[in-house]
Amino acid sequence: MTAIDYPARTPLAPASGVLSDTWYLTGRKLRALARQPMVLAMGVIQPVIWLFLFGEMFHKIIDIPGFGFQGSYLAYLIPGIVAMNAMSGNMWAGMAMIEEIDRGTLNRFLVTPASRLAIMNASVVEQAVSTTIQTLIIVLLGYAGGARYPGGALGIVILVIASVEVGVLWGALSNMTGMLVQVREAIIGVYTFFMLPLMFLSSAFIQPGFLPGWMQAIASRNPLNWEVQIGRSALSADPDWAAIALRAGGLLALAVIAVAISVTTFRKYARNV
Amino acid sequence: MQSVSGGTTPRSASSVGTTSASAIEARGLVKTYPASGKTRVRALDGLTLSVRRGSIFALVGPNGAGKTTTVKILTTLATPDEGAAAIEGIDVIAAPGRARRVIGVVGQRSGADQAATGRENLILQGHLYGLPTKAAKARADELLDRFQLTEAGGRFVRTYSGGMQRRLDVALGLVHKPRVLFLDEPTTGLDPESRAAMWDEITGLATGDEVTVLLTTHYLDEADKLAGSLAIVDKGRVVAEGEPDRLKNELGAESLDEVYLHYAGRRYSDATRVTEVAGR
Repeated sequence: MTAIDYPARTPLAPASGVLSDTWYLTGRKLRALARQPMVLAMGVIQPVIWLFLFGEMFHKIIDIPGFGFQGSYLAYLIPGIVAMNAMSGNMWAGMAMIEEIDRGTLNRFLVTPASRLAIMNASVVEQAVSTTIQTLIIVLLGYAGGARYPGGALGIVILVIASVEVGVLWGALSNMTGMLVQVREAIIGVYTFFMLPLMFLSSAFIQPGFLPGWMQAIASRNPLNWEVQIGRSALSADPDWAAIALRAGGLLALAVIAVAISVTTFRKYARNV
Repeated sequence: MQSVSGGTTPRSASSVGTTSASAIEARGLVKTYPASGKTRVRALDGLTLSVRRGSIFALVGPNGAGKTTTVKILTTLATPDEGAAAIEGIDVIAAPGRARRVIGVVGQRSGADQAATGRENLILQGHLYGLPTKAAKARADELLDRFQLTEAGGRFVRTYSGGMQRRLDVALGLVHKPRVLFLDEPTTGLDPESRAAMWDEITGLATGDEVTVLLTTHYLDEADKLAGSLAIVDKGRVVAEGEPDRLKNELGAESLDEVYLHYAGRRYSDATRVTEVAGR
């Protein structure tokens, strides 16, 4: 046997293991992503179709007295379309998880000393990166279509952060569903069922003031709507920073809770494969 | 077998000796899985075995006999309801993290990342065992060479033939130079040529690398040819254990098939047709 120095990772320093394992496992995911950029682009197509079809079809909506939005209806739609994409893109995370279970890849990682947390972290980082790229694509396509962003670069950064929060929240829920039921159809069913109601019970398409009272009540508690409001305010000429911080904090809390639940589910799963 | 303590408590971590000549010890493993309604399927029903260090040991039995469940418990992927198990004296239930450092596992399903190259798969595996990048790359190239995959090393795994993929799987299990290697049905689905090559490789592991090998198979001839010692598993228990020739001689049997018939009370070929729901 040739002599290779195998450094022992002691239980006293688990943190370094989590970080380095996260780094290497994330690298695996991002390499696959970079090799198939079309997958990311294809994911954006449907939200972008909504953007341009709705933007054109209802472009006069902006003229209704009391609508109160400075800019085109296309620009108005951008934060909602970004939220829609963050949701639809990451609801497939659980499918990838089932795929890795079926192929035996997950088991291969589980019999190594690799940190369990790192395995889940890699999935979260991948979701954050792909959501960021897709959000920027939508922002650019919107700009090409005539949408303007008075909030500037800072506003776009805030929009990206909010979309990542929604993406991670949704990805974690999807992962959890994947591990619990291990049936692809269940994931598709659950998430397509929630998607449209969550979109319409928000200010994605129309100012909340125009919604009936019961819809307004739901919208104000709809995390997807928080993202829409964060994005719209941040992209405007005069952002309401206090409201943005509050809602972004709320989304962050939900995302953290969802990831924590999915990590717990994963640990439980890994104890009895 | 005395060094594994505790017959019934799954968490009995005490006094698992390291001086024993056994690389793998399992005592009284019981594992049930939920089935339809309130019933539970008993995948393992008090399975006990002991594997001598440096030997090739085969677990044989029909589908659903409990082979894969045994491997899952020994490789820290599942915890038994009852019983105790140790690898190289390390209690796998109490100290799974330590056990993972000394075992290599080649699962039934490939597990290699299809969207990455063979070399990338091996390097990542090295990283996960704590190898720094330089050492991980050196080890990857060494293994690619050994398994005749150097040319294919830069190609995506999804382009590999069945035999190549299986060789990569074994290479992945050896990255960290484990002391005990588990091979779960290593030759299932391989063509005769690849199967023969895999047999040579497995023999080489035990003699050249001094690795203890535990393999599962439902081919009796494979166990007969490869294993220094084997255990016939039926309905979650070991019904016969020992050297293949001794098992045959004891009964004056011509083949392991007859040995199986004697101990399990039915023909092996009949048993393999019975599909039981014993874990996934």
